[in-house]
This record gives sequence, structure tokens and C-alpha cells, in this order.
Amino acid sequence: MASQEILREEPSRASFINDPKVRSLFFQTLVIVILFGSVWWIVQNVIDNLARLHIASGFGFLKGRAGFDISDTPIAYTSDSTYGRAIIVGLINTIIVAVAGIITATIIGFVVGIGRLSQNWLIRKICTVYVEIFRNIPPLLVIFFWYSGVLAVLPPPRESYNLPFGSFLNQRGFYFPRAVWGDGSWLILVAFLVGLAMAWFVARTARQRQMVTGQQFPVFWTSIALIAGLPLLAYALSGFPLSFDFPKQSTFNLTGGFQVKPEFLSLYLALSCYTAAFIAEIVRAGIRGVSRGQTEAAGALGLRSGPILRLVVVPQAMRIVIPPLTSQYLNLTKNSSLAIAIGYPDLTATAGTVLNQTGQAVEGVLIMMIAYLVLSLVTSAVMNVVNARMALVER
Amino acid sequence: MKHIAFGILGAAALGFTASAASAGTLDTVKQKGFIQCGVSTGLAGFSAPDDKGDWQGIDADFCRAVAAAVFGDGSKVKFTPLSAKERFTALQSGEVDILSRNTTWTINRDTALGLNFIGVTYYDGQGFMINAKKLPGVNSALQLSGAAVCVQSGTTTELNLADYFKSNKMEYNPVVFEKLEEVNAAYDAGRCDVYTTDQSGLYGIRLTLGSPADHVVLPEIISKEPLGPAVRQGDDQWYHIVKWTYFALLDAEELGITKANVEEMKASDNPEIKRVLGQEADTKIGTDLGVSNDWVVNIVKAVGNYGEVFEKNVGSGSPLKIARGINALWTKGGLQYAPPIR
Amino acid sequence: MQEHDMSWVRTEMALAQPAPPSERGLYAWVRKNLIATPGDTILTILGILIVAWILPQVINWALLNAQWTGPDRTVCATVAQGGIQPDGWSGACWAFVNAKFGQFMFGRYPIEERWRPILVAILFVALLVPMLIPRVPRKGLNAILLFLVLPIVSFFLLIGGVFGLPHVETSLWGGLLVTLSLSFVGIAVSLPLGTVLALGRRSKMPAIKLLCVIFIETVRGIPLITVLFFVSVMLPLFLPEGVTFDKFLRALIGVSLFAAAYMAEVVRGGLQAIPKGQYEGADSLGLGYWQKMGLIVLPQALKLVIPGIVNTFIGMFKDTSLVLIISMFDLLGVVKQNFSDANWATPQTAKSGLVFAAFVFWLFCFGMSRYSMYTERRLDTGYKR
Repeated sequence: MASQEILREEPSRASFINDPKVRSLFFQTLVIVILFGSVWWIVQNVIDNLARLHIASGFGFLKGRAGFDISDTPIAYTSDSTYGRAIIVGLINTIIVAVAGIITATIIGFVVGIGRLSQNWLIRKICTVYVEIFRNIPPLLVIFFWYSGVLAVLPPPRESYNLPFGSFLNQRGFYFPRAVWGDGSWLILVAFLVGLAMAWFVARTARQRQMVTGQQFPVFWTSIALIAGLPLLAYALSGFPLSFDFPKQSTFNLTGGFQVKPEFLSLYLALSCYTAAFIAEIVRAGIRGVSRGQTEAAGALGLRSGPILRLVVVPQAMRIVIPPLTSQYLNLTKNSSLAIAIGYPDLTATAGTVLNQTGQAVEGVLIMMIAYLVLSLVTSAVMNVVNARMALVER
Repeated sequence: MKHIAFGILGAAALGFTASAASAGTLDTVKQKGFIQCGVSTGLAGFSAPDDKGDWQGIDADFCRAVAAAVFGDGSKVKFTPLSAKERFTALQSGEVDILSRNTTWTINRDTALGLNFIGVTYYDGQGFMINAKKLPGVNSALQLSGAAVCVQSGTTTELNLADYFKSNKMEYNPVVFEKLEEVNAAYDAGRCDVYTTDQSGLYGIRLTLGSPADHVVLPEIISKEPLGPAVRQGDDQWYHIVKWTYFALLDAEELGITKANVEEMKASDNPEIKRVLGQEADTKIGTDLGVSNDWVVNIVKAVGNYGEVFEKNVGSGSPLKIARGINALWTKGGLQYAPPIR
Repeated sequence: MQEHDMSWVRTEMALAQPAPPSERGLYAWVRKNLIATPGDTILTILGILIVAWILPQVINWALLNAQWTGPDRTVCATVAQGGIQPDGWSGACWAFVNAKFGQFMFGRYPIEERWRPILVAILFVALLVPMLIPRVPRKGLNAILLFLVLPIVSFFLLIGGVFGLPHVETSLWGGLLVTLSLSFVGIAVSLPLGTVLALGRRSKMPAIKLLCVIFIETVRGIPLITVLFFVSVMLPLFLPEGVTFDKFLRALIGVSLFAAAYMAEVVRGGLQAIPKGQYEGADSLGLGYWQKMGLIVLPQALKLVIPGIVNTFIGMFKDTSLVLIISMFDLLGVVKQNFSDANWATPQTAKSGLVFAAFVFWLFCFGMSRYSMYTERRLDTGYKR
């Protein structure tokens, strides 16, 4: 038909249905019509069902009094708060466990991943066993292991393990003294921020100087001194405003102090261990993806093995590592929804309770889906920025 | 979205779907040949599978009674175990025909969830259980300030708990789980000091713990928990059948009709018994309801009267050994009272 | 050889000297692999300590102190807990696994009908094994039998209701039976569905592309639990009055849709790796879209991403354990359900059950990942440059 077009400058009638443009339009219209048809059908069904069954609908319930308590409340929440606030508490709990898990999983993952490439046979084998065990069992099982393990191993509250600094460990969790900030403690925060800013400035100047003159400056120790020293100085100057609230034994539990619940502990440990196995594999692939010539060339320049790893291998490996690492972070965030199995009040659990107390399933599930989508998108966006910065290393 | 349509097609092709749309639940049920009954995932005395996988308990027997009324055969029931979260949607969507799952009757569930509770098959109240061995000296719920309390999420129990501690100005740590088994396991492992749920449930759960004798149920009852079966709104005929099945169980007990003597009772010359058992000439009580006239006979033959169901599942005939208490008939000082069948 | 000349050329290779003792034997291996540097030595000592701490505990618990058979909880409980073991005893309660093995495999599937899932399993293995061994011929026929005939046969065998087989409701299914049937159907549905979605995402039709992107990204952005809630709680409200779905089928739909979105991304990776020349070559031969994709592009693309596909399968196999959250009883669900059996309630029961479940999951996943590595190596040789 194409040749005919060229010869006659006018498509023949028979070619009309074979024209890719027409076909494409036809298919797209068809798909859209079918799609809208089904959406309309579903919406109609939902409306019919809700009306027929006299089920309440709309998001008005979010303003209602929740009436139930939540075990971990990072923000102020009582049973008098609204359903909306209960969901937000759940969302924050999800974020807390996800962020803590991501940090720990990254650390374990890097250690194990590098361990798998170690010269040391024993270390290599231990790391391999770790990866092969955790990669091949469901995360839910890992969570159950930790939870029943934690509950089985630790003593009841009356026989708590006494740890240094007035901390305790028992079946109800890990208790440690909570800092109580007195008057004038804002000065410490200010000093900390100033220290941070100064450290950043010192690092920048030092780098510039090294670029120009080649002279190095002990940035690391200076920064430590600034970031830790300034707040300490402020602490002394403002008259030691900090005191501690120590956990104490009472009838049932330890009261006071700061309590990390076993639900959080086991979820966090399980997610970290599980995801770390995947991160280890990614790190291993990343490091092996940096060609041997790079290491040898760096060695030829006189760098020692530490700086080689830090300055040559890792920056290049990171470029390979970051995209799959992002999807592992997303997986960890999504897997945190397994909290529901051990009663940690994350988003799925609280939204599920709200759904159940109000009976508004459609709205409840919608809120859950949107919240997770937003979380995923934000994580992706942050990692994309990191990725873009890493990619700039390439010249 | 289109995949849902795909799923429906697939379902139809595979023959998975249970039923097609139709006017009334009674017709659908008759067409299917059985009643789909929503029960709990396992609560001793109310609905729990025995060793052979047959569902036992008051709630399960109630569904059998309805099946007996409709089909004259108490075995024409299929049970669907439902979690607390799934139970209302399952009924709303028509997945089950009756929700007979130790569910508390509240106004919100009647008005906002599209349910109709047919009555109260078990008057319950929320209580607390503690391990007396570990916590000697605790003998009242008012001593529980600061305790860790295990509770199932998404239940009225969870709400009552919050209200009770708040109104008594006490602190507590909630330890909340989705499933009853998880709450049991956590309590048994010592994760919490106190277990709270309906008192009947506490007695049942106590039996499954490592050493039942160590645990005591505290005397306080902190709420009213009228447990009863529910049906969908908008189907009066089905609502009436289920409701009057419940009343029939009570009336049978009141009249002394039991599983053992129901055949003899048919020949009784007590006009009330005759009427209830459908032995009156030209009676239309059953057919007006939409079932056969000997429906009460069928119900009692299948499961016995209310008292028999109670004693067999939670009372003296069961390991739970719960006293009738407020669940006795009104004639014996309890709350169970049925309008007359006439 | 004669040597008349004055010059001397050595015509035989000198025999290689044996490596110095420091480079061979056990000591050399130890030196190279365990104590090369002081840091290494510390690591080795640390490693030995870890192994010496964990291994005896594991062996003691799982093998030496374990109870393999027994009628009820007494064999696995200490005297203080009402059993026969001495106080302080700690060992695996394999007797529990032993006693409940049938349930772990089949759930509440009626005992007299259990030959049916067993037969299905035998058929499955009989078809799968030749499929996995590259040398066995007639792969096409084999694939048709495995992916088209077997599901239909299994469906009728497992559900029953025809040919005089009693009907077995899916609510009675449980254990490994549910895990495997969910994963198998999930795999069989998600691969074609994922391929279609991937093609859609790379389609030149904007509307179709947009739809596929939205679907894929939405499903990938939410946890499987939410998808399962969606199908278990919301789906019923989407349908007209009175039309309901089997719970098992709902879980199947959820798992398949979820896996399809991930599969789509894997397949898309493969599609992107195919050089443009292949597409253009197919076009120049006058092939239509489906011919081009079906005969030229997809066979190459799918081959490229076999490891990714198998990884998705492994992920899905593990994910089936989540159905326990919507109160279905897969392997993990059944194991957990049996913890509350008062006949077997001991402190060791839960641990033993979980370890058993973990072992079964591990066996399947490890097997799949090893097979994928083997395939990768085998296919790799063909493309090595």
C-alpha cells in the first residue's frame, strides 16, 4: 500500500482498514470505551450497593471520634482524637519503621555484600549463608521468627535484664532513660545547628584548598569537634538543663523512660535482616561491576586499599547500585505493611481498624492505597535526586 | 479495571461463582440448596471447627436451625469463616446469607452498615482475665492501672476498653492484634498482663491456654455485649424467617419441646404447642412466613430448643461450663423472651 | 636425538619445580584465605566465634534434642510444663510437624479424597521435570500440556463435582496445596498478562500506553496486603447484587494482578534490550505487529530476562504467604492455626512449626534460584562474544 501511495498519491479504498493510523485510533477508542464502560458499571454497582444496603459513604467519618487507643503514638493521640488523626498516627508509624529499617538494612547489606567479596574464606561463607537463608524465606515468616523469638527469649517485666545507663530489656520491650530538657536547652539545639553549618563550611573550604594547593586538612576530626563540642559547651554554659527520666518498676510494667515495644523491635529487625540480604546482593554486583583495571590503576597511582575502595570503587559501584537499591527501599516500605500480623499500629493496621469501626470499606482501602502510592513516589523522587547527583561523578 | 471484568469472565468460565442476582434471599437460598453462614475463624462455644472440621457452637447451630426451618434439613449449611474485618462486607456483598459470628448489636451497625440484627442469641458483657499466678493480689479491674492489655482490633471490645480506662482515670498499654489466635498467643507468651474480650470468650480462651488453672476472670463486666445474628437490610421476608427461627427456639424451650420429645409433642392437646408445631388444622403460620408449616418441628429436631443449644455448646454439656445467668428464659429470671407464635 | 654441534639447545621442557611448601597444602590455603593480614586474622577469629556460638545451638536444638515422634504435647514439654522432658530441655518438636503433616500439606481437604491433590502433584512433577531438562525434546508439546492441559485437569480433579468425584469446596483447601496452586496459577496468568502490559507500555498508541503505565505503577506502588484487602473487601461491592466470588478466586485475582505488574517491568527490560534492527528487520519482512512480536522480538526478549522472571516467581511464591492475613490458610496459615491446638501447645511448638514452614519455603525458592542461575549460564554461552 505504501508503494501505491507513492505512485498514485491517493490511498486506495481497500487500504483504509489497513491504515495503521486508523487502526490505532480505532483500538484506542475501543479500549477507552470499554474502560469507561466498566468504570461506569463498577461505580454504578457501588452506588447501587451502598444505597441498597444503607451503608454510609463519603469521607465525613474522618472527623468522627475514633474511640480506640493505639499502642505506639508518635504524636499526641487519645481515644478522643478523630479517625483522621488515627490514620495519620499509623502513617507516621509506617514512616518511622520504614526509615529505621532502610538505614539498618543499608548498613547490614553493605557489610554483608562486601563480606561476600572478602579474601577471607570464612567470612565469605558466613555472608553467603546469611544471604541464601534470608533471601529464600517469606518476610512474614522472618517477622514471626523475630516476634516469637523476642517474646520467648526475654524475661517477664519483673525479671528484666538490667543494662547500663539505667536501661532495661524485657518482654514488654526495651526501656531506656528519656531525656527531659529543662529551660535554656534551646541553646544546645542552636549550638548544634551552628556546629553543623560550620562543619559544612570547613569541609567546603578544605576541599577548595586541596584542589588548589594539594594540602589536606583533617576535616573529619574538626567536624566532630564542632558538631559535638559546641552543643557540649552550650550545655555547660546554660547550666546543665538536661535531666533524665529513668524507667522504674511498678505493679505491672516498668513506667517512665522511653519504651521501644517488641512489636516495633521485631518488625524493624525482621525488615532490616530480610532486605539486607537483597541489598548485599546488589552491592556485590555493583562492586564486581567496577572493572579490575580501575582498582589496579588506582593502586598504580599509589593509593592504599582503603582510599581505593572509598575514592575509586565505591563511587563507581554506587552508580550501578542505586537504581536497584531504590526498588529495595520501596519493597521495604511496602513490606512494613506486614506489621498487621504482629500488631504494630502502622498505616494498614490503623486504617484497617478505622475501616472496621466505621464499616466504610471503599473509603478505607482508597486512603490506604493513596497513602502508600504517595510514600512510594516520594521515596522514588528522593532516590532519583541522589541518583542524579551520583551520575554527575562521571565526567 | 478491565481485569476485574476479565476476572468475572474467568470466574464464570470456571464455574466458581456461587449465585446470580435474584429478588429475595429466600429464593436464592432455595435455588442454591444451602445457606451460606458467616462464622468466626474459631471461638470455642460459638463457632469453631472440631477435629473432623465440622463447625460447632451456638452461632453454628443457629445457622443449622435456619436451614432446618427453610429446608427441613439442618445440614444444608455451608460455613464461611470470617475475620472481624471481613464480616460486614461479606454480609453486605451477599457472600453470606446470615452473619452469625458473635457480633455485638449496636445502633451504628444497624444504621450505617446496612445490617439488621434479628435479636440477641447471647447476652454477654466484656470482662478481663489475668494470670493470677503472676499477679497475685489483683482481684478487681480497678487495680489494672498501668497494665498491658491484649485486645482484638476492630471490635466493640477495643472501644469499651478505651472508655472504661478513661472513665476510671487509669492508664494502660493497648496490645492490639488482628486475629483472635494472635491475641491468645501473645497473652499466653506474657506479652500483656490482661486479656479483655466478651466474658463468654474469656472462658473459652482460658481452656486453650498452657495452664488454664492459673488464669482467673475478674468479676467486673464493663459493657453490654448483646451478641446476635444479622442479615442484610432490605429483605423483610428473610429477616422474618431468621428472626422467627430465633423466637421459635425460645418458644420451644418455654413450652418444654425438646429434641427428644418433639415427635410426642406433636400429638399434644395443648393448643399452644399444637399451634407452634404446626399441628392446627388449616394453619398458615409457616407458609405465611415462607417456610413449611412444620418448621418448628424441623428446627427442634435439628438442633433442639434454645436451652439445649446453650447447654450443649457453652453450658454444662461443654468444657466451658458457663451458667445460664441472664441468658435464662424470662420465666426463670433471665432476659430471653420471645413474642408468641400465633 | 644426536648432538653434533657445539651449540646446545635444550629441546625438552625442564620439569616444573613443585611449589614451595609455603604455597601449597593446607597451611598455604589457611594462610591465604584465613590469616592473610592481622585484620583478616581478627575477622577469622570473630567468624569462628560466631560459628562456634550458633552452630552447636542449632544442631542441639534441631537434631540432638529434637523429638521426632509422639502422640501429643507431653513429649515436647518439660515436667514443669506437664510433659516428660527434664527441666531446662530445649529441642525441636518435630513430633508436632509429624502429627500435623497431612494438614500442613492439604489443609482440611477430606482425607479420603487426598489422592486427588497427590495425583495432581505427580502429574505436575512428571510434566515439569522434562520441561526443565534442556535435552529432553518436544518442549512445545510439553509446554502445552503443562500450562494448558494440566490446569484444566487439575481443576476438575481438585474441585470435583464431575465424573463421580465428590465436590470439594475451596474453603477446605489449605496448606502447601493452596500455596502451590496460588503460585502456579499466578505464574501461568502473570507471565502472559505481564507481557501484554509490557507491550502496551511500549505501544505507540498514547491511550493504551497511559493506561498500562497507570496500572503498572499503581500496583507496584502499593503493598500486596492492600491489594488483597482490595479484592477481599472492595471487590464484592463492585459487583451487582447477588454476584459473589469464591474467596480463593479473589486471592488468585489479587496475586495474579500484583505479579503481572512486576512481570511487566521485567519483560519491558527485555524488550528494551532488543536492538532496533530486529524490529526494523521484522517490519521489512512485512510482518504484522503480533507476528513481529510473537516470532521475532518476544522470543529473544523473554530469553534475555529469564533470571528476572524467575526472581518474580520466587517473590510471588513467598508473597502467597500473605493470604493468611485475609484469613485463608496457606502453608504458613495452617502452621500458625495449629499452634492454638491445645493438644500440642508447648513453648517449642511455634518455633518448630515456623522452622518447618521456613524450610519448605526455602527449599522451593532456593531450588528455583539455582535453576535460574543454571539457565542463565547455559544461555550465556550462546551469546558470549
